[in-house]
Amino acid sequence: MKHRIGLAEAVRLRSPGDDNIVFRYGTVLLKGYSFLSLARQALTGHKGWPVIWRSPEVKKSYDVIIIGAGGHGLATAYYLAKNHAVKNIAVLEKGWLGGGNTGRNTQVTRSNYYWPQSAAFFDHSLKLYEGLGRSLNFNVMLSQRGILNLAHNAYELEGMRRWANAIKINAIDAEVLTPIDIKKLVPLIDLDCRFPVHGGFIQRRGGISRHDAVAWGYARAASALGVDIIQQCEVTGFNTASGRVTGVNTTRGTIGADKISFAVAGHTSHLAKMAGFRVPVTSMQLQAMVSEPIKPCLDTVVVSTAIHMYVSQSDRGELVIGGGADVYNSYAQRGGIPVLQENVAALLELFPVFSRLRLMRQWAGITDITPDTTPLMGLTPVQNLYISGGWGTGGYKAIPAGGDTMAYTIANDKPHPLIEDFGLERFKSGALIDEGAASGVAH
Amino acid sequence: MLRISCPWCGTRDELEFTFGGESHVTRPTPDASDDVWSDYLFNKENPKGVHYESWMHRYGCGRWFNVARDTVTHEIYAVYPMGEAKPDLGETDRE
Amino acid sequence: MNKRLSTGGRIDRNKPLSFRFNGNQLQGLQGDTIASALLANGIRTLNRSFKYHRPRGVMSAGVEETNALLTASDGNGNIPVVRTTVRELSDGHEIRSPTGFPSVNFDLGRVLDFTHKIWTAGFYNKVFKWPNWHWYEGTVRRLAGLGKVPDGKDRNKYFHHNLHCDVLIVGAGPAGLAAALSLINSGARVLLAEQDCELGGSLLAHSTQIDSLDSDLWINQTRSTLEDAANVSIMTSSTVSGYYDHNVLTIADRSTAGVKRFWKIRAKEVLLTTGAVEQPLVFENNDRPGIMLAAAAMEYVNRYAVMPAEAMVVATNNDSAYQAAFALHDNGVRVPAVVDARAIVADEIAREANRRSIPIMAGSVVLDTVGTMGLKGISIGKLAPDAESTINPIGTIACQGLAISGGFSPDVALYSQAGGKLRYDDDLACFVPQECRQHVTIAGAADGKFSLAEALKQGTRAGSEAANSAGFACSPADVATSTINTYRLEAIRITPVGDTSRQWVDFMHDVTVADIELAVRENIVSVEHLKRYTTTGMSADQGKTSNLNALTLLAKLTNRAIEEVGTTTFRPQFMPVSLGAIAGQRHGGFYAPARLLPAHDWHLDHGAVFENYGTWKRPEYYTTNGHDRDAAIAGEVLATRQSVGLLDGSPIGKVEIKGPDAGEFLNRIYVNNVLTLKPGRVRYGIMLSENGIVIDDGVFSRLGDDHYLVNPTSAHADLITNWLEKWHQCEWPDLDLIISPVTGQWAVATVAGPRSRELLQEIESDIDFSAEALPHMSMVAGSFLDVPARVQRVSYSGEMSFEIGVPATQGQRVIEALMSSGGDRIKLIGIEALGTLRTEKGYLHIGGDTDGMTNALDIGFGAIVTKKQTDFIGKRSLLRAEDQRGDRRQLVGIEPLDDNEDLKPGAHFVTPSDQGSRSQGIVTSACFSPTLQRTIGLGLLESGFERKGETLTVFDDGRNFDVRITDPVFYDPSGEKMNA
Repeated sequence: MKHRIGLAEAVRLRSPGDDNIVFRYGTVLLKGYSFLSLARQALTGHKGWPVIWRSPEVKKSYDVIIIGAGGHGLATAYYLAKNHAVKNIAVLEKGWLGGGNTGRNTQVTRSNYYWPQSAAFFDHSLKLYEGLGRSLNFNVMLSQRGILNLAHNAYELEGMRRWANAIKINAIDAEVLTPIDIKKLVPLIDLDCRFPVHGGFIQRRGGISRHDAVAWGYARAASALGVDIIQQCEVTGFNTASGRVTGVNTTRGTIGADKISFAVAGHTSHLAKMAGFRVPVTSMQLQAMVSEPIKPCLDTVVVSTAIHMYVSQSDRGELVIGGGADVYNSYAQRGGIPVLQENVAALLELFPVFSRLRLMRQWAGITDITPDTTPLMGLTPVQNLYISGGWGTGGYKAIPAGGDTMAYTIANDKPHPLIEDFGLERFKSGALIDEGAASGVAH
Repeated sequence: MLRISCPWCGTRDELEFTFGGESHVTRPTPDASDDVWSDYLFNKENPKGVHYESWMHRYGCGRWFNVARDTVTHEIYAVYPMGEAKPDLGETDRE
Repeated sequence: MNKRLSTGGRIDRNKPLSFRFNGNQLQGLQGDTIASALLANGIRTLNRSFKYHRPRGVMSAGVEETNALLTASDGNGNIPVVRTTVRELSDGHEIRSPTGFPSVNFDLGRVLDFTHKIWTAGFYNKVFKWPNWHWYEGTVRRLAGLGKVPDGKDRNKYFHHNLHCDVLIVGAGPAGLAAALSLINSGARVLLAEQDCELGGSLLAHSTQIDSLDSDLWINQTRSTLEDAANVSIMTSSTVSGYYDHNVLTIADRSTAGVKRFWKIRAKEVLLTTGAVEQPLVFENNDRPGIMLAAAAMEYVNRYAVMPAEAMVVATNNDSAYQAAFALHDNGVRVPAVVDARAIVADEIAREANRRSIPIMAGSVVLDTVGTMGLKGISIGKLAPDAESTINPIGTIACQGLAISGGFSPDVALYSQAGGKLRYDDDLACFVPQECRQHVTIAGAADGKFSLAEALKQGTRAGSEAANSAGFACSPADVATSTINTYRLEAIRITPVGDTSRQWVDFMHDVTVADIELAVRENIVSVEHLKRYTTTGMSADQGKTSNLNALTLLAKLTNRAIEEVGTTTFRPQFMPVSLGAIAGQRHGGFYAPARLLPAHDWHLDHGAVFENYGTWKRPEYYTTNGHDRDAAIAGEVLATRQSVGLLDGSPIGKVEIKGPDAGEFLNRIYVNNVLTLKPGRVRYGIMLSENGIVIDDGVFSRLGDDHYLVNPTSAHADLITNWLEKWHQCEWPDLDLIISPVTGQWAVATVAGPRSRELLQEIESDIDFSAEALPHMSMVAGSFLDVPARVQRVSYSGEMSFEIGVPATQGQRVIEALMSSGGDRIKLIGIEALGTLRTEKGYLHIGGDTDGMTNALDIGFGAIVTKKQTDFIGKRSLLRAEDQRGDRRQLVGIEPLDDNEDLKPGAHFVTPSDQGSRSQGIVTSACFSPTLQRTIGLGLLESGFERKGETLTVFDDGRNFDVRITDPVFYDPSGEKMNA
């Protein structure tokens, strides 16, 4: 606890020449960004903005080290500092913050989950998202434009009614739609495609947000609360003493810690192996792609499981397209041709009018897929080492709740009630929470 | 796109094959403990580096075979029949 | 305002083309791009920038274009984001500026430019939080976007093609052509792909000599030589857009009007001669219409015979722009000066300039420009010799054009996609290729060889080396020679004096030096963060002219080496490719091609209403005498219960397992005991995943001692076949058997109902259909209507039922015979009737009545599991405490207390709890039973086995109603009818 950092020091570490103190701690908002401040800064050539996050030196030890400065790691650090009064926290990042799956996903935010445990957790997340821009004082561009799932035959529609009913029982919004409703909502859709649209359901509170802004908003808030975000610092090993973790070796030296948590999508198996245990995770590439930007033509997120495709339109105008994973183990963030073609063909099956638009860019993230597509959260076989992983293709929407519940878990050395069933033990007992299997739809 | 050399049909596109996951997994007997059984069921090797895995030439001969493939570069180091031991490729974990 | 030169160029003055720009009728020539035609007509402002709505003109003559991305229609809808600098003009082309309200020349959106101080990088992160972003989003979205979604039906044709080659050469510029010449007679199959409609690359912009020939002639000569070479194929108008694993590359081929071809090339070796992109200079107001890249200005005069302006200043930091200055001058453009940032200009160049009376202002840079709708003049500053930040204004020049050259940057997009690593070259002030794990080499300007002589030399050598690597003996050809052999760049590209918020780095996205300064001030110092924070390089040009300047600035502002800053990742597509081309024929009729019954057309003629069941098209029901759907289905159910129903059951999965160990194998697969099954007998069984979950059910029959027939459900037939193969080949290769899927070989007519035997006995056959000879759950092979047949006595309807399998080609004949013989006694039935029949009988539909959590015990297989001593797939999982819990969701029957209630699948059993209600299970099947005249259903309910007789509440879409839990078998529980 020697290196506890206080408010004054946190402020001092910000860029020199910044004279107006803008951060305030506690439960109230992080101040500083507003129309007024923007207008004021415009008059002075924006010379007075403080750093969004600090780039501090690494200390010898911390109370808590979080490995991975993605959305989950940063949110965990933020909530640890904000809600659990832990001040001496570092987030270690091998690359640049928000550069993994946080910066590669298709930005979908929703809580239309089937099983009560999933629904409770993800709706907590959506609720946090709903206030996130204001509580972080950073616009994360949450656009609750609705997420529409399509049913392409009578059985699929039955499955969706089952799913929508479950969501409603879980006290979350869901609405079953007819093909006519769908056409009104999405005029460009071709309902009479190879597998005609029989209906669907929508979660109107679902939608998209801006992934970078979420990472940066948390980074800024965590940094202001004294969290050290150390980029370009790769963990190469864990130090343990009598079954208890004591620190990490990194490319920037050895760092001590009382508690360590890791949230490293795409590298979960790798870190677990380093710590000496196995996790039920397979890493695969999940592709996403964008078209050239065009004027607004699609106001909802459209998901079709039967034909493996989802699409939304970003605020910049690009169609953001995703679909199935490249189904073999991979740590390449590239994506191949077969899935590209499948995704695009599926899109055109539903939206033939898009055929003359052009694909601008394709990329991939590495998704850590668990056997039941439910995350791995909580304690590990190593004492004081915690895990948040196995997010599959859906970690982005879980960032606020993931951070909140992991912060609790780390602070109390016991799983947050919302994630009690998400632990590694379920694979031994067989008590899986198979969201995909039950709702017929993968995350 | 992966180009995989089927031992029986020659080099073909990934599209013709089905991926079968990790190879060389021993199936426990029914008297295995819950721990052993769950490890077999759920915990897979997921290396950043060479992965020993099975593929089937679905739109070809229909045969399953083993492939040693780098999960980062996707380079294929070896293709060998089902039942054969892992080829020795040295230390290949990427990190 | 005709800017066309009277002579020269590669345009055809005898082939005029009419086109319209923003409604005005204009004329271009064959050989023009849209951009060159617009320039020839004196059009300067043709678009507005993305954020500030600044007037913008043509900036380049190639794929790097950042301003002239317009909406164009040539009769196939209005296509947005057309790169007019590469798109050939066609007759009747309709071109529109996508921006500007009310017009591109007078745009009210310009207010955003006047207030630009507010809209700095990332401003939107700081505001728009109250009440929420969605409230502002509509306005922001409407401002964004580079055009509208195309209207009308797409009349293009899209095809996929595949090609293997030994050497793929990407880019037919000087290096690529030299390489191809080297490969003639090598025996290697060579593909030369060029994105332009003509070969030549940068040579098309030059007027120089190669091997003492005019470059135009050299191109033509080379082209004929290559065309004559049997081993070389040439593709023009074909852009290599993606470089994927294992040397697979994709090409978007636009060479045929109305047809877009997408090629997948598998190349042993790839030679990238992709050239380089000229980089802009950064100074105040460097974005005005009339300012263009120097090589582009040269290309417009030399290739298109268009004067970009009457008077055009050239500003440069290297030798290459002098070629442009001389070409402009030699074609009648006044060149008031060359502003050269370098203090010393080589003698031979100064002599050439002097000969043309072009003054060189050495050690000078452009400071600022004037002219809102088009450049009117520039001001010049002199660099102090040893302090680059000190610049003294030395005067102004009136001009309508400014050609700028900040030097070149290799086009390494494909190289990087291939996994190639880059290094920063201080002398060239750009990133150049270093090494790559794939079979690729890179040569010419793409490898930083920016002078023509060097490019020719390296290309020649690289060609033969690629052939050698691909296994062909090949020595380099003679190197073609050129006098253009210097480059001599000095790395002065950015002169951030004056108002940095008016100095553009990314033109399309309106990112200025000030934005990058702000980002650094806010500690955005990773190049990836910078890209995302300022949106530099994220626009439709993917940063071809902005990334290098942005990261150079970033390095400078953060006191780091450029190498340390690094680049962002290059990704496919190199040039955007139409979605239609990527999908090819895989949508429309060819998206998941439907599987049709052997007698599909016959069913259609007999009133079948088809529906998709998996990939199969099957009769959902038959319309008879205008009955509505429900009445038709009820009629089919009752006919089956009372007389005979005939279902075309052809899609049922059929997998033959043959061999001495076939029985042993299946005994390890099925939960049921297989070994006790006698030849000629049939058994119902289920299969589990290794995790104990029910994955399929169906019957299996023993045809002979070593011969079994497995019938997976039609939806799972392929999946189960592959799964069986995997277990056999990977886990139990020692078992001697073969697995043979024969689903498509057999047509199956399912004849069910109390009078089915009577009917079958009337048909010519050597099969004994009597109850004694063919009891329930038995099978026999024989001849039916002269056709070899397998008859299984199995039932999914609960009636006496015969499944008659005959060769697929005979399916229709059998159905016709049954129908004509049956007359009034028989009725065709569809899948929905079958669904009702099996629900009445309480038979499962796997995947409907079970889900991915349902194990064998949950559907009542406990006794069978306990009894079977030997191992089977999934057995161990059923031994876990979790799998044996009594409160799991178990199969039950359901009937609503009020018969009028609309019980539907998808409803949940609910119990109120403190936090609201909780689901205890689900209704998985439900229907109104025409037989029982009441509503019935099946479901999965927590502790369901123990709860028969209980009344429970069901929730469905906001409604609650009560149901009673029953046994799942509603019809003929004793099996009397089925066994008759």
